Amino acid sequence: MVAVVPATAAKGTVVTQRKSRTGYFLLLPGMTWLAIFFAIPFVTLFMTSLQAPVAGKSGQYTPAFQLSNYPDALAEYWPQFMRSFIYAGIATALALLIAYPLAYFIAFKAGRWRALMLVLVIAPSFASFLLRTYAWKTILADEGFITTFFNYLHLLPDDRILNTGIAVIAGLTYNFLPFMILPLYAALEKIDPRLLEASNDLYASAFATFRKITWPLSLPGVVAGTLLTFIPATGDYINSELLGSTQDRMIGNVIQTNFIEFRDYPTASALSFVLMAAILVLVFTYIRRAGTEDLV
Amino acid sequence: MVQDRERNVEDLHLANLTKMFGDVAAVDDLTLTIPAGSFFALLGASGCGKTTTLRMVAGLEDPTSGRISIGEKDITSLRAFQRQVNTVFQSYALFPHLDIFENVAFGLRRRGVKKVEPAVNAMLELVELAPMARRKPNQLSGGQQQRVAVARALINEPDVLLLDEPLGALDLKLRRQMQIELKRIQTEVGTTFVHVTHDQEEAMTMADTIAVMNAGRIEQLGDPASIYELPRTVFVANFLGQSNLFAGTRVSTDASMIEVLANGIKFLVPTERNCATGDEVIVGIRPEKMTVLDLPDREKIPSGNNTLEGTVVDVSYAGVSTQYLITLSWGQNITVFEQNVIVGDRSSVGEQVLVHWSPEHTFGLAGGETLLATTAQAIAAGV
Repeated sequence: MVAVVPATAAKGTVVTQRKSRTGYFLLLPGMTWLAIFFAIPFVTLFMTSLQAPVAGKSGQYTPAFQLSNYPDALAEYWPQFMRSFIYAGIATALALLIAYPLAYFIAFKAGRWRALMLVLVIAPSFASFLLRTYAWKTILADEGFITTFFNYLHLLPDDRILNTGIAVIAGLTYNFLPFMILPLYAALEKIDPRLLEASNDLYASAFATFRKITWPLSLPGVVAGTLLTFIPATGDYINSELLGSTQDRMIGNVIQTNFIEFRDYPTASALSFVLMAAILVLVFTYIRRAGTEDLV
Repeated sequence: MVQDRERNVEDLHLANLTKMFGDVAAVDDLTLTIPAGSFFALLGASGCGKTTTLRMVAGLEDPTSGRISIGEKDITSLRAFQRQVNTVFQSYALFPHLDIFENVAFGLRRRGVKKVEPAVNAMLELVELAPMARRKPNQLSGGQQQRVAVARALINEPDVLLLDEPLGALDLKLRRQMQIELKRIQTEVGTTFVHVTHDQEEAMTMADTIAVMNAGRIEQLGDPASIYELPRTVFVANFLGQSNLFAGTRVSTDASMIEVLANGIKFLVPTERNCATGDEVIVGIRPEKMTVLDLPDREKIPSGNNTLEGTVVDVSYAGVSTQYLITLSWGQNITVFEQNVIVGDRSSVGEQVLVHWSPEHTFGLAGGETLLATTAQAIAAGV
């Protein structure tokens, strides 16, 4: 059997082998990183989530296969789960509403101001995430002009913004806005303006052109932007911690408290896993619905 | 079928059309009527204003002043999507997220046509792309994409179809094929085609009427043969094909011929082929109208022919013809094309030769222009 393989074919195999080895070498640093900082912690976290408490000793756990940790954790904390998805969902929608026109402007209308505007988009990131969120405490403070203004119009149910869900959503929207703007900009900037002219030439008004050409072609950016906003916003706990009350706690806060304060490692780990699974399911359904694999 | 459609095609009128970009007039007081149903070519080097003219007709650019109308209807102030004018873009600009069928159906759908299938299928049939209906544009070859672009525009039965360098991105062989294809489609549908190109050969093969544009103005307008045979300006003489030009002074005039003295040599130009009004005349002759002879054969020249003497400095054999570059006694180089009818009978570099041609091919242009003014531009445009 071996003898019938022509010499050229054998040679060809050698060449492809060498090529594919280069590929593996390129992957090596990334894979190592993933193994050490994702795969191994992932497994230990999963094992922790199944541990059982040692009787009489708080904060000590023994390896077990206690699957009931999951339903128990869910039963106790499902309101925070729902709140996380709702807050993150609203923040993502708001960020999209704010970011799309801005990204559109930068991509199509900004001209020579384009580079400057992009720098301005990421400029706040030069200050720390924590610092920026603290700043929002001042901005939304009870005596601040924003709260005073809305109170004057009698628009606030609790007569305040700080320490309410509104403040948490505002903080989330603000903090993740650049992650929405940048992919949107990248997608919009790639659209050939001649396509818009062609659409205009083919009896499409400005609105029809947006609906039929610009929007579908920007969908990859919309999908990327919403994911980059929604996923970290769901797991975030800083905004809720600093801007919300105990009534506005998100799942991130619960996990953090369980780990650090209650030292209830199995519950915290189980919650982490449920959060991951829920996000994965949501993201996959979303990508399916958006039909991005169909797009260029 | 498409050709059975009741159509009421009307002339396209441009009146005093001007477009300023800053201080520069891209299109300068252009007045032009493009007859209904014609294949009209706007020919010029890049930057001559031809694409700007086209974009103004399409409604993609607002004129600084002037009027555009189709028949009696003034369309100057209509937006692009309100005009019965469609464009085949240079880059095709096919919508990448829509398949071929939807690309072609786009215009009909935007105008609220309910049942698009019959028209789209007929149009895909016309451009021979029916089997490709469900492919995406990036799965098609350049030539196929080009035909989709034509179908997408034509399906709307526009009053005028604008083609902006539509064959520029295709290779030479495909370009020739598409020239014939486009001409066939135009004959079949009878729509007015306005074709913008810098390729003089393309313009001459396809168009009934050519307008040669230069610096925002039309230099000459007419059918391909008459423009080529009788150019009226130095620019046209140099841009559309090549010309040998000699600046001189008129010394005598009679009913049939004028005599021009240039560099001490007398040239005969038919009076009706001379458009110079003054005494300064530029004598012009196309390279393929000239014949090269060896010095001893002087008596073979028919009497009355214009004759020059020079030295061959370059010979290039190009299959169907041989190109000679000949230096005259006053240092000017002229080009002569000779059909390769007889094998082996060619003059060689360094040889003294006679060049002659019949006065009936000679043309006279208004003097005072520099002879080479447009050559560089013509070379840049790939002529």
